[in-house]
Amino acid sequence: MALISPADQERLRESFAELERPVRLLFFTQTLDCETCPHTRQILDELPALSDRITIEEVNFVLDADRARAYGIDRVPAVAVAYEDAGSIKDSRIRFLGAPAGYEFISLVQAILLVGGSESILSADNRARVTAVAQPIRIQVFTTPS
Amino acid sequence: MSLAHEMAFASPHITAYAVEATEFPDLARRYRVNGVPKTVVDGGEAEVEILGAVPQDEFIEQALQLPSKSS
Repeated sequence: MALISPADQERLRESFAELERPVRLLFFTQTLDCETCPHTRQILDELPALSDRITIEEVNFVLDADRARAYGIDRVPAVAVAYEDAGSIKDSRIRFLGAPAGYEFISLVQAILLVGGSESILSADNRARVTAVAQPIRIQVFTTPS
Repeated sequence: MSLAHEMAFASPHITAYAVEATEFPDLARRYRVNGVPKTVVDGGEAEVEILGAVPQDEFIEQALQLPSKSS
């Protein structure tokens, strides 16, 4: 059964129609000991049906530990948002830890639209301040699904 | 969340994680998450915490006070 209602699917289809470039969601998962991995897969699996510019790539957290490390993923389920640019895959450095349900799903949709080419909400001043950052910064935003 | 994501997408030095707090109680404990949203900005040596949803100017100001202070 679909997790997204037909009305929401239609709205998402319209939003995703504006994607200017392919977006790839790297889904880090493991078979055992991951209670919410199946739910996360269920949620992600609904997205490619809404736009041919969205693809899901499953990455085994255990077998492909190097890739997880490269993306700064140390637990599952996790999603890293990437996109295709000039024929290669680029990392947006946007991550989701835990199943992207509820509010997190809205964040995921916004992230897909952002890396897919929609206009940034950052003001010019704030963008300048952010691009001037010269040292590694990790931002964690803690949320709950409802 | 979208502001942190915007920052990550705009800067090659910033990585942003949306963390589902109830799924990872160890992280919620470590960062003393008593309410959401709670943002923890980690610049290696120091941490900045932002509680609740705040306007863009304030969020960027608070999130970036860390590197400018330590540099």
